[in-house]
Amino acid sequence: MAKQYVDMNTPVIEMRNIVKKFGDFTANDGINLTVHKGEIHAILGENGAGKSTLMNQLYGLLKPTSGDILVRGKKITMQSPRDAIEAGIGMVHQHFMLVQPFTVTENIILGTEPRKGVALDMAAARKNVVEISEKYGLSIDPDAKIEDISVGMQQRVEILKALYRGADILILDEPTSSLTPQEIVELIEIMHNLTHDGKSIILITHKLKEIKESADYCTIIRLGKYIGTVDVDKVTENDLASMMVGRKVSFQVEKPPMTPGEVVLDVKDLHCLDYRGVEIVKGLDLQVRRGEIVGIAGIDGNGQTELVEVITGLRKGTRGQVLVNGTDVFNKSPRFGFDHGVSSIPADRQKHGLVLDFSIEDNLILQNYGDEPFSRGSILDRGQIFGFASDSIENYDIRPSGSEKRPAGTLSGGNQQKVIIAREVQNDKDLLIAVNPTRGLDVGAIEYVHKYLVDQRNKGKAVLLVSFELDEIMGLSDIIDVIFDGRIVSSIPGEKATENELGLMMAGGGKKA
Amino acid sequence: MTKKKGVLDLIAENRFIHILLSILLGFLVGAIFLMVMGLSVGAAYGRLFSSLTSLKGFSYVVVYAIPYIVVGLSVAFSFKTGVFNIGAEGQYVVGSMAACCVSILAGSLPKPLLIPLCFLAAMAAGALWGVIVGFLKTKWGINEVLSMIMFNWIAFYLSNFIAGLPAIKSDGTAEATKNISANASTLLSKDFINSMGLAPTANWGILVAIAMTVLVWFIIEKTTLGYELKAVGFNRHAAEYGGIGVNRSILTALAISGALAGLGGALQLMGMGGRISIFSSQEGFGFAGIVVALIGCSNPYGVLVAGLFYGALMYGGSKLNLEGVPTQLINVIVGTVVFFIAISVIFENIKRIKLPAMGRREAAKQKAAEKEETK
Repeated sequence: MAKQYVDMNTPVIEMRNIVKKFGDFTANDGINLTVHKGEIHAILGENGAGKSTLMNQLYGLLKPTSGDILVRGKKITMQSPRDAIEAGIGMVHQHFMLVQPFTVTENIILGTEPRKGVALDMAAARKNVVEISEKYGLSIDPDAKIEDISVGMQQRVEILKALYRGADILILDEPTSSLTPQEIVELIEIMHNLTHDGKSIILITHKLKEIKESADYCTIIRLGKYIGTVDVDKVTENDLASMMVGRKVSFQVEKPPMTPGEVVLDVKDLHCLDYRGVEIVKGLDLQVRRGEIVGIAGIDGNGQTELVEVITGLRKGTRGQVLVNGTDVFNKSPRFGFDHGVSSIPADRQKHGLVLDFSIEDNLILQNYGDEPFSRGSILDRGQIFGFASDSIENYDIRPSGSEKRPAGTLSGGNQQKVIIAREVQNDKDLLIAVNPTRGLDVGAIEYVHKYLVDQRNKGKAVLLVSFELDEIMGLSDIIDVIFDGRIVSSIPGEKATENELGLMMAGGGKKA
Repeated sequence: MTKKKGVLDLIAENRFIHILLSILLGFLVGAIFLMVMGLSVGAAYGRLFSSLTSLKGFSYVVVYAIPYIVVGLSVAFSFKTGVFNIGAEGQYVVGSMAACCVSILAGSLPKPLLIPLCFLAAMAAGALWGVIVGFLKTKWGINEVLSMIMFNWIAFYLSNFIAGLPAIKSDGTAEATKNISANASTLLSKDFINSMGLAPTANWGILVAIAMTVLVWFIIEKTTLGYELKAVGFNRHAAEYGGIGVNRSILTALAISGALAGLGGALQLMGMGGRISIFSSQEGFGFAGIVVALIGCSNPYGVLVAGLFYGALMYGGSKLNLEGVPTQLINVIVGTVVFFIAISVIFENIKRIKLPAMGRREAAKQKAAEKEETK
């Protein structure tokens, strides 16, 4: 990426030696950041490295313990986000803050509504919104309701909201974490349009590929410390990764060849409805054998979520069979499936994977609390549970150590995922289903998750991987099944797949396997 | 920013201090009312707590506290398991009436048989009242808060109806049931009461209340049942995913909670009440239970202490008119205490929404530090 729009003589944001302490804990320890006009500047760091804390100070949500913030060369002190907005800084949060039943226009103008007398001037509002969306090439339907549009569209609305308020410095917090690959391409294009127009963008992320594709400069933070700022064109993804985690990171998962054994999961002619009562899985067939990882590639909304829910017993299907080691678990309870060999790393770790208010130790026995040695009769054996948790924390590198009694909600996302993996791997079932297991995790944690999935395969377990990350599917799967419109449309060996071919098949261009 | 911990800091971190402060504020507001009315704050509050200075007074407080503790446990148990048992009032009423009927109709049974039978009948009735609501919720998704409030009224009129039946109604002119059989009474012996100088209604129901406190704590903290119920309460999706039957758990939680409320009714009747009047309005034990559970932080031992505190307020409050103070002052104090406990929850939630990236504790520290800076 040539730095075609960057004006190195015009710094718009300078953060100098920022220190932020919470009690005894130092979240930011002397961070420097300079962003110029027309620049896309990535902030890279592991979960909990202090990226969000830094940005919250730039957006007026927190005050630095020491250090200066300069906007367009002028030192400012911000009391609240209102000051930041006045200074031309806009922030798009990872979790959108939109009013669901309102239209796009209503959301964008919220708080700064144009008026005609005392009445809201809706026509003028709509006109303004259309104008601004055309100016930056962010096409949207101004009259659509938020609840009816895709996540990618909602993000555009958030960006427009910031632009509407006159922002020319945009902070995007993990903007791609819930987007499809196509939406990510579009977002990067939008970012370039914006910088072309003289806007500056700060991109908080831990996805190296996107930094390489979009950013001009990158500032790396590790454990609250400033590691350095690099010219993105002059470094490789590997360089960035090792700067971020402080050691060499391997992207390639070591996978010894295996001969798959007998079939563990056999899904036959499965049908089920989605939450609206529309058929979404339409006669799906799928097999996973011992010692293999089958990856399901597909665009969100083609039935993969519902497929997993039916296999794990969380959703009732309308027709078909789900055989696990020969036992039909179709339309049985989650308990029945678990007892017959199904374990899973759920897509939504905070909703299905963990009881956030429970301690780590209680979360680690979520399916096994009723079995020895964790309980006898109906009485929990706290000593055994604690011992199991201590071992798991050590063996699965759950941080911080000694957190057996801490609520799971206090852990970082990566460590929450480790708790789930520790539990599901130790459940030692014949079938392990993992849905987007590395979503929102940084490279260190991703490497870790991948290692455990491959370990399970090497131990002769059947692994079903559902992921929206094509790299992940291609890197791990022995067989890639492409799902489209509720059916598996192609099944190809993992090593032979190319991104282009998969992309085509995911869009419905595949031949029936 | 300093390292010194601010006061706000401490309050946010320590639930106990939080509640003590709320109670203090309750009395402060009460004092303002007293001053506005031109009454002596010292005399009123002196009278309110004079009960605690004598053994007799204290025994009164304990007697008053028994139903509050047990109903408080009922509500606390429901809080812990994710259902809000606003129906404790109705469960209390049917429990009390069930015990009353058993004690009248089977009054000739010997004490060691009749008393447990009354307790069981009360617990069964309370549990049934809870389970019906739970069934409506799990089967048809009917909001439990609404149906519980209706079931409170059903219980109220049912109780009045039964109290008017010939077999149950007092033989005299009183608009009440017959007195319960002496064999169903939990009163201590007259001689013992006289020799110790206790309240005439001193009874051993407090032992049952303490036993229930320990039992509830044990179920919640030490059993697989408690684990299941809490998991469903905190996150029913994860519980279901983990193989726990969500509907069954909700029913179980409501049954246990209802049984406790029903037992509270029996203990009050068999120790203090002696009979059930035909009421013109709800007695409010269930609602008092909510207050007690809130003050006790839904912790069983906290509820035990909070129940005694509430009992002291109620007993002391009944003596306030001796100082020319309206007894409604107690309602003002209790209302204020609940208000400040509740507002703290709101305050915490606001902080959580505003600063999602920070831990709640960090947010509190931040806030405290900012306060100090601006001083």
